[in-house]
Amino acid sequence: MTARADVGYHATRQARWRWTEIAFWILALACALLFPSRYLIMTDIVRLALFALSLDLILGYAGIVSLGHAAFFGIGAYCAGLLALHGIIAEPVIALVVAGLVAMAVGFLTSFLVIRGADLTRLMVTLGIALLLEALAERFSNITGGTDGLQGIEMQPILGLFTFDMFGKVGFFYSLIVLFLLFLLARRIVHSPFGLSLRAIRNNPLRAAAIGIPVNRRLIAIYTLAAFYAGIAGALFTQTTALASLDVFSFERSADLMLVLVIGGTGYLYGGLIGAVVFKMLQEVFSTITPQYWQFWIGLVLVVIVLVGRARLHRWALWAPNLIIRQFGGRRAIVAVPESDAP
Amino acid sequence: MTTLFTILFDGVAYGMLLFVLACGLAVTLGLMNFVNLAHGAFAMTGGYVCAVLVNRSGWPFFAALPLAFVASALIGALLERSLYRHLYNRSHLDQVLFSVGLVFMSVAAVDYIMGSSRVFIKLPAALEGQIDFFGVGIGRYRLMIIVICGLLTAALQLVLARTRFGSRLRAAVDDPRAASGLGINVPQVFAFTFAFGCGLAGLGGALSAEILGLDPYFPLKFMIYFLIVVTVGGSSSITGPFLASLLLGIGDVAGKYYVPKMGPFVIYTIMIVILIWRPNGLFGRTAAR
Repeated sequence: MTARADVGYHATRQARWRWTEIAFWILALACALLFPSRYLIMTDIVRLALFALSLDLILGYAGIVSLGHAAFFGIGAYCAGLLALHGIIAEPVIALVVAGLVAMAVGFLTSFLVIRGADLTRLMVTLGIALLLEALAERFSNITGGTDGLQGIEMQPILGLFTFDMFGKVGFFYSLIVLFLLFLLARRIVHSPFGLSLRAIRNNPLRAAAIGIPVNRRLIAIYTLAAFYAGIAGALFTQTTALASLDVFSFERSADLMLVLVIGGTGYLYGGLIGAVVFKMLQEVFSTITPQYWQFWIGLVLVVIVLVGRARLHRWALWAPNLIIRQFGGRRAIVAVPESDAP
Repeated sequence: MTTLFTILFDGVAYGMLLFVLACGLAVTLGLMNFVNLAHGAFAMTGGYVCAVLVNRSGWPFFAALPLAFVASALIGALLERSLYRHLYNRSHLDQVLFSVGLVFMSVAAVDYIMGSSRVFIKLPAALEGQIDFFGVGIGRYRLMIIVICGLLTAALQLVLARTRFGSRLRAAVDDPRAASGLGINVPQVFAFTFAFGCGLAGLGGALSAEILGLDPYFPLKFMIYFLIVVTVGGSSSITGPFLASLLLGIGDVAGKYYVPKMGPFVIYTIMIVILIWRPNGLFGRTAAR
């Protein structure tokens, strides 16, 4: 009994909002007001952050390595595009939710394939599904526009009130609000008993099953949820850029996403958000140095991160913040990345 | 009827090529359980070495082929000793990230050095055109590929089954711990096999320039094919990947001929179905590693 109360106590303590988290979101909002000329790239970051959050749910919390997460991003993107193009659902928020639900349905169906087999089979199946969808989108070019992509998408005002402007201001705040709401939901989920059971599965599926966690059902649930998030991210992409092309399904997108999450660190939700900021900045820097070959440097970053070791890098990155907190807070550092290596 | 034979012939040639390209990966995955997505990069290296030698330095095609092998094998050995070695015990996620990073680097580097357009290798006149065999048109180049790859496969099988090195390798694949307990130097066996696999990939890359097309995006485009060969074939023997590559080659050629609009759709569907049906591959053992 005491042990159980203890777990509950720690879980609630973990789930409490910290001032660093509040500061993070205030900072995010402040960026919006400080750099009014950079809305487009900031929208890009927010979208990527949401997408990375989605991968974090399955990779960081459930330990599923996916090489084809762009599949759900692409489904969301095309859904939102088609809904807007044909005027089926003109209102962006409802279209966003519908696109997310469609991706979620596909995620649910494919989750049965993903939970079978070991890591390598999972890699292959996720990669295969993304490639399959790309091939399908190319095949049915009368619907998707083939290699040209969907063209001539016109977005209606959000809730009938806010029109998308050409500077991307409305698009940015719209994306930020969506990200924040979904983040709250994810935060609630990962701190719930359900989230704790996921972590148990990631650490040791066999042991988790032995203490009575329905492993497969939990994995299906989180995979489906992650697909929903990725679908929303894809829909945001289409809605804020007014285009959807075949590259939404591409392998590079899934691989970049992994890099984003790895930069930020897996398994604590903020990883994706921080990673998205750093990744976009890196991309900006690299493409100013060598416009055509920035991929080389991205690859180099990946190789170096792995060789140095992810946990060590995060310790280095957190050294300064922890020192400051220790000095001023006068207590143990609270900024820390949980050890979270996928098996 | 003749088209059926032509498809079968082209499919076999294609499949043999895939086997030579991918069999190194089967060893990497089977022996060290290392997910190496960068295998295509070694194939591309071989292809470009051959292209440079033939087109710029005027070497004869058949003299350039062994050099493609050697160049790729050397680079493979170098990378194995310097980088890959440290990652054998890491998680699959780390291995995937690392090899994807290598792929990105190789794509950008080749794009920078050689340009992004497709490269053609000048073939000797003897390899061009077709032979008419009872009404079935047989491409000379494809015939040569079947001969070379067939000989290679037979040689590989012999080495694996008959030589001391082969039995060491098989022991290491079956159970690395017991093998090292018996005094087999598993890391050395692996380094050698890795380099040899990379060399074969390089040779395959040089041979495939004519059929698959050689451009900087080669490692990305064909990554899935190599992985299909290995996962579907299983990594416990050399016959598994061999049959899987023949299946894949014939399936792909036939699919492109009969249902051209579906494109690669057929292959991916088959792969997913097979992996659902048998997660350890068609010819793999059921024992989980």
